[in-house]
Amino acid sequence: MMTKSFVHPYIPNSVPKIKKDMMKQISTQSIEELYADVPRKFRLKKKLDLPNSMSEHEVKKFIETLLSKNVTSREMPVFLGAGCWPHYVPAVVEEIIQRTELLTSYTPYQPEISQGLLQALFEYQSMICEITGMEVANSSMYDWASALGEAVRMAARLTNRTEVLIPKIIHPERAKTLQTYSDPAGIRIRSIDYDSETGQLDTEDLKTKISQKTAAVYIENPTYLGFVETQVKEIAEEAHDYESIFIVGVDPTSLGVLKSPGEYYADIVVGEGQPLGIPMNYGGPLLGIFACRDDVQMIRQMPGRIVGMTTTLDGTKRGFCNALQTREQHIRREKATSNICSNEALCGVAAAVYLALLGPKGLKELGEIIISKTQYAMHLLAKIKGIKTPVFNSSHFKEFTVNFDDTGKTVGEIHEKLLQRQVHGGKGITEEFPQLGETALYCVTEVHSKDDIDMLASALEEVVVEGES
Amino acid sequence: MFKQARWNESVIFELGHFGRRGHIVPQVEKEIQQTVGDPKIQFPEEMRRQIPPKLPELSEVEVVRHYVRLSQMNYCVDLGFYPLGSCTMKYNPKINEKLAKLPQVTSIHPYQDSKTVQGVLEILYQLSHWLAEITGTYEVSLQPAAGAHGEFLGALIMRAYHKFNNEDRKRTEIIVPDSAHGTNPASGTMAGFNVVVVPSDEDGCVDLEALEAAVSEHTAGLMLTNPNTLGVFEKNIEKIAEIVHNAGGLLYYDGANLNAILGKVRPGDMGFDIVHINIHKTFGTPHGGGGPGAGPVGVSEELAKFLPVPIVAFDGERYYLNYDKPYSIGKIREFYGNVAVLVKAFAYILSLGAEGLEEIAEVSVLNANYLMKKLEEIGSYELLYAKGRPRKHECVFSTKNLYKERGTRALHISKRILDYGLHSPTTYFPLIVEEALMIEPTESFEKEELDRFIEVMRKIAKEANENPNKILEAPKNTAVNRLDEAKASHPKTMALSWKMHVKKTRKVDI
Repeated sequence: MMTKSFVHPYIPNSVPKIKKDMMKQISTQSIEELYADVPRKFRLKKKLDLPNSMSEHEVKKFIETLLSKNVTSREMPVFLGAGCWPHYVPAVVEEIIQRTELLTSYTPYQPEISQGLLQALFEYQSMICEITGMEVANSSMYDWASALGEAVRMAARLTNRTEVLIPKIIHPERAKTLQTYSDPAGIRIRSIDYDSETGQLDTEDLKTKISQKTAAVYIENPTYLGFVETQVKEIAEEAHDYESIFIVGVDPTSLGVLKSPGEYYADIVVGEGQPLGIPMNYGGPLLGIFACRDDVQMIRQMPGRIVGMTTTLDGTKRGFCNALQTREQHIRREKATSNICSNEALCGVAAAVYLALLGPKGLKELGEIIISKTQYAMHLLAKIKGIKTPVFNSSHFKEFTVNFDDTGKTVGEIHEKLLQRQVHGGKGITEEFPQLGETALYCVTEVHSKDDIDMLASALEEVVVEGES
Repeated sequence: MFKQARWNESVIFELGHFGRRGHIVPQVEKEIQQTVGDPKIQFPEEMRRQIPPKLPELSEVEVVRHYVRLSQMNYCVDLGFYPLGSCTMKYNPKINEKLAKLPQVTSIHPYQDSKTVQGVLEILYQLSHWLAEITGTYEVSLQPAAGAHGEFLGALIMRAYHKFNNEDRKRTEIIVPDSAHGTNPASGTMAGFNVVVVPSDEDGCVDLEALEAAVSEHTAGLMLTNPNTLGVFEKNIEKIAEIVHNAGGLLYYDGANLNAILGKVRPGDMGFDIVHINIHKTFGTPHGGGGPGAGPVGVSEELAKFLPVPIVAFDGERYYLNYDKPYSIGKIREFYGNVAVLVKAFAYILSLGAEGLEEIAEVSVLNANYLMKKLEEIGSYELLYAKGRPRKHECVFSTKNLYKERGTRALHISKRILDYGLHSPTTYFPLIVEEALMIEPTESFEKEELDRFIEVMRKIAKEANENPNKILEAPKNTAVNRLDEAKASHPKTMALSWKMHVKKTRKVDI
């Protein structure tokens, strides 16, 4: 048999007659001829062990049935954050990033026919610069963790040094990713202790550990455990005294109310852009923010795609194209500043649309609302017998620690009982930070209503007293 | 005649008006306000933002109009032929987008109790097993966010393997052919290896003698694309695997070009130990103008213990995330992967099934060979390697004769193609082909569209001979004419953000 008959909607030339005609035109007897140079011994002798082709309706039903086993944050209040946060995604954001012109385009290798995406990414970069107080941003990294990994490697290249200081209070997944990125470059990561009362970075410990070997000092604001680090200027000065690069990690939703890292002299800013209009999606895709100062040495060492503004060759019209490509893998190969190629461009566009919608006032209001709701949640929970929240005496934004030591129950037990009451509690961090005892990290954003928070408080109250005689 | 929209759209910072707003964030309930008071009070003065960020102020209407206008100045695969070589620009099924937008995907948190996310875990578990079946590997991690991210992971697994055998100090070299994607050497460097480049033979395949000479006790592994970037199958793959394995190295498969061999031959069966898959290429998820994609990595049984944590597992009753992997390389990102993208790939495999995937391979190969033959017949475009051999997913033509005779470079020809409302092929890659046009049609375009492209290429060859200025001055029908890319990268004129642009123009004004 010369041709099989399997006509699929996605494969226009799967019609046997078309195939036959095309083969005839290229003087080929069979498709098999085109695979003749594949060694026989390796040819797959069986059919792939996969399901049979389904119609669109069947696919839809099949996947919907599977997914119906998930319980979403729309059905039960979920108080989880820790690197991926529930926020409202405006309808406009969804609409724009579903535009097929943006969605189904490739990396803009031909800028003249890809101006829409290039300009949108330029606007993303520009808005990231505005909120972080930096001058240059790239058009995205995979996530906060990989952005941090790249930032640390960039700092090591810039300073020719191999030691990096990070806070002890950091997301363990982020720290682990950083380790993975640093090890092959021979970078040594050292942790700086924190003040057990406030959680603030122990600046004495920083002073002891910083040296001429320090490539970078990294802090986060707000920190992994939700409180605001306030000694930022002192830390920046300390880093700069040793000519180290000062890297700051941010949750961008805080930047309407919290001082921008640029205002406290950060050299590189990284962070997670997911809260800016990207759904949680079970943790991916995310949006790695990467920005730095307008410094030629730094810009040349930046990883990732950067869109620049230019003009047409005749100088008459404004336009946009990828800039500084000689840093990148497709030109510089083994000497590139990073191997990154595909990134999270469309998430960058989503963030641009989100920030354009919110504007300066909206971003500030969002921050204030999150603070109010966080305050309210902490206020209610702190009243419950046996619960201590927050663990650290500092200001909190969006996330806060809740300690259950005095309830006589473990975080795990409390979590199970909350779940029975259709409430998903925070992330247990007892294993990550044993010194904090039975503690969980809770997250409250603008999507949590007063009712949700009240429901959490009353459920916790029940759970805590349950079983007590 | 093709004419792309030309909106002369301002940068968003030039639009809007003080006081306008595009979105109202949910307000705080009165009772909360009464309980906690002014949110600023709890915030230390020195950490409060005093100067608001200079974001634009627009109504919702203006934001929508601005981005819809921008989108009209962007070519995409739903508009027409998009033959970027090694990029596999195929159709992105609409149903997959709808499914990935369901709240059961968008509104679940990665740290939710596994009891509450059994559906998505089952999808991820199934998908990883299907990808293992398709690539002939033992176990697959879905964690990498993109192809290059997968390569980085693969190279790290090589390191971990050699370290496990106490050979990491010795095995410091990673070998890549000179025809490799740029990400291969870059990933090797990122993982701490020195990169050794081996030349191609006259067929564009790995030169076996050169490979023999390159391997040594320092070899950590070889990164190979097969079919390679010329679209030619490395017929000596068995010998290549033998040379690398005998030297104690591992064989890495760059999955950018997997499309042509689906269901035909599997990397694992050819002797590859580590394989990455570009989900946004082979499995039809949209590329989004540069991502998000996904780059799962499959490995042999021996290497499975080095995969990153967690792996989605099944205990016979429940799906769960397995972190118990003491030899794991750790993590290369937060959480588990680009789940929304992976769900689309899951739907894609269901739609096609085993038979459909094989059909994809066959038709993509037929399309590539059809194009090759027809373009060769034009006479102006030349195949520099492996003449007379069939191609798999793509073919690479050199336009060096047109350059020599008429002064029109591959770049100019690419720009002229845009004028006809088609996207151009990848230019100047692979590096071993002078004035290269790398063309991958995929299975997604009908014969009529392929013929249209061939006709355009014929016209351009004619134009080059009769009126080369038409080509040299292209494009004219796109949103903007030919751009000054050097200006965008020159330190004096570089404007990488609006802020930088404003700073520079102010300086000029003074």
